[in-house]
Amino acid sequence: MSQTNFSPWDDPNGKPLIRFDNVTKKFGEFVAIDDLTLDIYEREFFALLGPSGCGKTTMMRMLAGFEDPTSGKMELAGKNIAGIPPNKRAVNMMFQSYALFPHLTVWDNIAFGLRRGGASKQQIEKRVEEMLTLTRMTKFARRKPHQISGGQRQRVALARSLAKAPKLLLLDEPLGALDKKLRQDTQFELMDIQESTGTTFVIVTHDQEEAMTVASRVAVMDEGRIIQVATPDRIYEAPNSVYVADFIGDVNIIEGTVKPAGEDLYYIDWNPNQAPLLAASERPFSDGQTAHLAIRPEKITISAEQPVEAKNTAKGSVLDIAYLGNLSTYYVQLDGGQVVKAQTANTRRLSRRSITWEDKVWISWSATAGVLLDR
Amino acid sequence: MRRASWFNITSLTLGFAFLYLPMVLLVFYSFNSSKLVTVWAGFSTKWYGELIRNEAFLDAAVVTLKVAVISSTLATILGTMAAYVLVRGGKFMGRTLFSGMVYAPLVMPEVITGLSLLLLFIGIGLDRGVLTIVLAHTTFSMCYVSVVVSSRLVTFDRSLEEAALDLGCSPFDAFRLVTLPIIAPAVISGWLLAFTLSLDDLVIASFTTGPSSTTLPIKIWSAVRLGVSPEINALSTIMIGVVTVGVIAASLISKHRTVKAQHDLQAAERGTS
Amino acid sequence: MNIRRFILIAVPYAWLLALFFIPFFIVFKISLSDLALAIPPYSPTVKDGIFNMLSAFDFENFTFLASDDLYWKAYLSSLKIALISTIFAVIVGYPMAYGMARAPDEWRPTLMMLVILPFWTSFLIRVYAWVGILSNEGLLNQLLLWLGLIDAPLTIMNTTTAVYIGIVYTYLPFMILPIYAALDRLDESLIEAAEDLGCSRTKAFWLVTVPLSRNGIIAGCFLVFIPALGEFVIPSLLGGSGTLMIGKVLFEEFFNNRDWPVASAVAVVLLLILIVPITLFQRNQQRQAEADT
Repeated sequence: MSQTNFSPWDDPNGKPLIRFDNVTKKFGEFVAIDDLTLDIYEREFFALLGPSGCGKTTMMRMLAGFEDPTSGKMELAGKNIAGIPPNKRAVNMMFQSYALFPHLTVWDNIAFGLRRGGASKQQIEKRVEEMLTLTRMTKFARRKPHQISGGQRQRVALARSLAKAPKLLLLDEPLGALDKKLRQDTQFELMDIQESTGTTFVIVTHDQEEAMTVASRVAVMDEGRIIQVATPDRIYEAPNSVYVADFIGDVNIIEGTVKPAGEDLYYIDWNPNQAPLLAASERPFSDGQTAHLAIRPEKITISAEQPVEAKNTAKGSVLDIAYLGNLSTYYVQLDGGQVVKAQTANTRRLSRRSITWEDKVWISWSATAGVLLDR
Repeated sequence: MRRASWFNITSLTLGFAFLYLPMVLLVFYSFNSSKLVTVWAGFSTKWYGELIRNEAFLDAAVVTLKVAVISSTLATILGTMAAYVLVRGGKFMGRTLFSGMVYAPLVMPEVITGLSLLLLFIGIGLDRGVLTIVLAHTTFSMCYVSVVVSSRLVTFDRSLEEAALDLGCSPFDAFRLVTLPIIAPAVISGWLLAFTLSLDDLVIASFTTGPSSTTLPIKIWSAVRLGVSPEINALSTIMIGVVTVGVIAASLISKHRTVKAQHDLQAAERGTS
Repeated sequence: MNIRRFILIAVPYAWLLALFFIPFFIVFKISLSDLALAIPPYSPTVKDGIFNMLSAFDFENFTFLASDDLYWKAYLSSLKIALISTIFAVIVGYPMAYGMARAPDEWRPTLMMLVILPFWTSFLIRVYAWVGILSNEGLLNQLLLWLGLIDAPLTIMNTTTAVYIGIVYTYLPFMILPIYAALDRLDESLIEAAEDLGCSRTKAFWLVTVPLSRNGIIAGCFLVFIPALGEFVIPSLLGGSGTLMIGKVLFEEFFNNRDWPVASAVAVVLLLILIVPITLFQRNQQRQAEADT
């Protein structure tokens, strides 16, 4: 994944490449970006993740220069970039539709931006060849966009946007048009290219798996605001809200009332028919406060007998089993009605597994397995 | 798979017979040696000879072509500009009036367009002739061009222009280097449409023409009011022939392009799996 | 606002203002001027005449139009002819569009081209082609006499029937294309579903195909009706002196009687009549566009 020592956002003296300072963008009455503040650092692979309409594309279009912020300041390398037209910015963009010029060959598409820059013929030729090699498209240089496949078009679009060696490359759903298998291969290719060119990448995506795979940091957005910015593992393991926990991956949310149970430990009363749950939390909660316990299905153990050592246990019956090949998800209905998902890796063959529909089972998890959230 | 039923075949056959039989008969009787067009008296090309020797027709044809070339070129430039303004112009003062003026001539009866332009030309004291016909034809055919071009611009992927800007183009360069080459087929068909409209127009030309500049439709009109004449049949045959060859050639070229594009795409998909 | 954008907007705008809007305004204004001030063309003071007409103001021409039943009859007969021709165009055009939409895929480009080809052919010539067919000694009468279906030639030329034929013939592609577009988009599984649910073929056609192609029919009707209303060439060439149509009356009023104010008034009233179908047509197009998205 990302380089182990690369974390400029933790360095208090680090200078960000991009700085959003209380940026708001309105389209008429509609608030697309709501008072947003964010730093993105050089060489980062930064992902903007969120459902459609959350404002992530607007943020990207503001960086590219197609939209101007309604209020607030946007800085690129310390300079305010509001009002600078897109053709005068050291920022390039890879479009969701790729936007390859259909009347130009692959070669001319890549050279397009260089020619506008006034580079000499030799320089252009050298740079285009470099880009073709980087994206393994040398063989197809003389073809037109409609004569190459979807994956190749994606690579040409990348080569074209990288050709001018921008300080910042924006990628709008770059892999959205590819099928799943090709998408996975291309994700790693993107990461390699990002690392070898040292360009700062900002990627917009609604695919959480993609964001988690490629990004050094992920910003989860909703309704024009950033809900959480963190590294992929922090986003997954320590979401700061039910929204983030629910948006990334699969999760069980149990709502209840908190009762302190020692240092950083809390009981959660959630169901009169079940014992209170125990959860560790660094975030303080007051007595009687309503809280949500978020637990990932794979952190819940399912067993036929009552486990002895587990801190949290609950009894129920198997409602449904979703067999996914490598994993199985059990939908367990607890006494009291709530359905909890528990996931186990299928390390054994199907016939040897013991739990099936209607079985009475126990589920259990440790005190640190879940995250206690106040919203 | 669709199968053609007898009902459908019959209705298509009758329908196309209705559309084409009159023109086929016209062509057929242009080779009639008799002066009486409805009585067949043997094959002859003498009416074509008469036509070529008729200087009045030739002069009219020259005037018509001149008007058509100039007015369709002007109409294409103005119509493309208007289409771009309508689709990409954003908001400006009087936009509603502008779009109204672009679309109104399409439904305006020709007699009214002709009448109003004539009154204007008289009002400003402009002598009627080739210039006034060109102005009139440019005005109504630019609206057709703008409809053709704007329907192409509406489906035009805007991110292509944005990509050009992103890669350092000024807005004008983005239009010149990216938009125009891509919408060129629509611009060309707009020109062809304007050209044929101008060639074909009788009513507006009758209003705006002067005594020295008679166009071919006006000439034909005054001839056919007196009844069927074999010379006009011959002239019609030539005009129909030119159009037919042109349209068939154009559709063959576009079909060839589509087939080639499909072929290329299949080859590309195969080559990379 | 930058200078390029200004030029881009200003040039076509100014052109249309000068050569569409102002002339139209002149017609409107002259229609309100006095007949006595009208000066025949080619007189040296013609320019002043126009300005005189522009400054005068009365409704005399409109009251004249209302009182002379020639104009009433011409408007009514134009409406009637346009309406009947439109109905015939649906009857002829719908089966053709339906046949095209049901034709095998490989035929369709050719059929499409055959419908569009007449568009590019001279309108005047296409109308003229009927003169030789419909006249008393024309090809149609010859054929019917030869077949023994009639004893004496039918008089079709210079009647309203000839005008109907001419309008249906010249505007048929306008009817076929929108209906074809609507039928082409129609999902064939809908008809199969109707048959599956117990409809006969004919019933499925009336209950599913026709309602779903309604917008195409409406669009086609307007595209035939609107130009037919102001038509000049067809009634003049095929309709003879007996056929009254307003486009023809306007033309004659202007060129033969040289009565500009009345011609202008005729034009203004024609436009007022046209506003209704044009507005309805635009509403239909808008509804269709909304339904598509």
